[in-house]
Amino acid sequence: MRITVLANPKRFLDLSRALIPWIAALAFLLLAVGIYWALFQTPPDYQQGQTVKIMFVHVPAAYMGLMIYGVMAGSSLVGLVFRHPLADVAAKSAAPLGAAFTALALLTGSLWGRPMWGTYWQWGDARLVSELILFFIYMGYIALWNAIDEPQRAAKAAAILSLVGAADLPIIHFSVEWWNTLHQGPSIGLTGSTIDPAFLWPLFVMMAGYTMLFAWLWLIRMQTEIFERRARALMLAKGA
Amino acid sequence: MSPFVALILRDIRLAFRAGGGATLAAAFFALVAALVPFGVGSAQLGVLGQIAGGILWVAAALAALLSLDRLFQADYEDGSLDVLALSPLSLEKAAAAKILAHWLTTGMPLVVLSPVLGILLNLPLPDFGALVASLMIGTPALSAVGAIGAALTLSIRRGGLILALIVLPLITPALIFGAGAVNGTGGGAFLFLTAFSLAAVALSPFAAAASARLNLGS
Amino acid sequence: MAVVSLVEVQDLACERGGRRVFRNVNFAAATGQALTLEGPNGAGKTSALRMLAGFIPPAAGEIRVHMSAGYVIADDEERGRLIGWMGHHDGIKAQLSVLENARFFAALYGARMDLEGVLDRVGLTRLMELSAQYLSAGQRRRLSLARLILSARPLWLLDEPLSSLDAAGRRLVAELIGEHCDDGGIAIIATHETLGLDATRYFLGTA
Repeated sequence: MRITVLANPKRFLDLSRALIPWIAALAFLLLAVGIYWALFQTPPDYQQGQTVKIMFVHVPAAYMGLMIYGVMAGSSLVGLVFRHPLADVAAKSAAPLGAAFTALALLTGSLWGRPMWGTYWQWGDARLVSELILFFIYMGYIALWNAIDEPQRAAKAAAILSLVGAADLPIIHFSVEWWNTLHQGPSIGLTGSTIDPAFLWPLFVMMAGYTMLFAWLWLIRMQTEIFERRARALMLAKGA
Repeated sequence: MSPFVALILRDIRLAFRAGGGATLAAAFFALVAALVPFGVGSAQLGVLGQIAGGILWVAAALAALLSLDRLFQADYEDGSLDVLALSPLSLEKAAAAKILAHWLTTGMPLVVLSPVLGILLNLPLPDFGALVASLMIGTPALSAVGAIGAALTLSIRRGGLILALIVLPLITPALIFGAGAVNGTGGGAFLFLTAFSLAAVALSPFAAAASARLNLGS
Repeated sequence: MAVVSLVEVQDLACERGGRRVFRNVNFAAATGQALTLEGPNGAGKTSALRMLAGFIPPAAGEIRVHMSAGYVIADDEERGRLIGWMGHHDGIKAQLSVLENARFFAALYGARMDLEGVLDRVGLTRLMELSAQYLSAGQRRRLSLARLILSARPLWLLDEPLSSLDAAGRRLVAELIGEHCDDGGIAIIATHETLGLDATRYFLGTA
């Protein structure tokens, strides 16, 4: 399959136009239900009181941060191996969303931990520290996309970077965990303890809601990217 | 002389001539290590010995980054990358040769200089051997992973900062295990560091070559 | 040196930065033949050469190399091993001397030729010890030619080989290409100047 710069993914645009309203509606419905359930229907934690409810924002966000990276890396792989024209659009569009969710996870993790730790940051939480490094990896990926002038080269370079990052992430997490085990202190993880079953269902609803939210925003970003490329191609064709 | 060895020797020769290379990285390393005590503050100098291993590892990572941005960019700009791509050496082997040369001219000087800086930072005497060993084992990983970043950013004009942003998160394990090895906290630090270095050195030529190759088309 | 019997290009198309540079390009060069790619600036001469070298994937079309042993090579990397390249940039290291550059090329290609003889052929004998950064543009081109000779490759791809060269240098290029083709090699040259060679000419117009 040869490279086609002006891929005209009409099917994708038609499909996404049809899907977007439904996904958006589903996202808001799930989030509304999830938040209501989380805030009003679950008991406060005997130790943390009401602040444990931040978990419903933090945990899905952290999960999304990782999942979106997987989507990015997967799209990159498809782009490199199968040369599908939408693959790099998918990866590029997903990245800022992944970074945003990770940032949200870091922020809410910090707020959640404050009452427990007494500080806004605790290096002892291996998961949070790994998320910090994940955030930097997202930043590097986005920076690389923006720094390379030629879009096709940028796409391939970013794809390689995302795959290298994907291979390294488990190692990074392992090393951070190992680093933490050198402490003599007690485990200070945010989500280390098992979660009360009463919390599980609202958590799943929130996760589903976040996933729909991501899907909605992702489709919109992909559409925008495709339109931008079209506009550029048209301008170039006119100018020639 | 095999093409592989010829390329290593060429890059070593270039590192010493191209205004920088070995001496620059070593000087930077020493400077960073010398500045930290000022940052720590005269009241806190007692902790210096405890964090010396970590400081030296961070300084080593930064110093290794210094010369990386020209690793492929120089060859790209004067057409040598085209020549290498068409030579009997596969681009993967060429990348491996360049990584080796980079380590010999940037990493090894850091290893040699580290005991001196250890004295400067009050590193406890028993830890000196671990310091040198950890740097010797870990700096190849810095060159290897750094080479991937160098190949990805070779077409970017002032790519050094992006290179650092990309590479530093990826070498976190080396930093963690390396510094951990110096402090003698045990728990397999050396083992994991060696494993990480071996994996990095074995796999990165492929990623670096793929990245360099995609930049040929311009 | 492996012998190439034919290099052919079929329906080749090139796109750079979203713009179509050329399409439906067809040409071929056989053993002992020199082919010039001509055309105005922006016609894609350099892109065509870089496609032949395997640096750029074609937007369409095929490049095939027929070997005299009977098989056909369609793979970029395999084809790359047959190519003697003289590109827009010289491919020499400015910080090394002429001799050091030449020694590196000889080691790279495993050339058993007499190095000093090659340097003499390209007229750089007196400058052997000089660091390449002090060479003039024309002298650097000559060093590039030395690399071409040392590579001993059957298929030569040259991008504007006459640029920066004086009359003597241009004669040298024509002689070297002539000798190369007489020995059974093939040369494809992108140029917008006359070579003074008996060569087939192909014009790359704008798409």
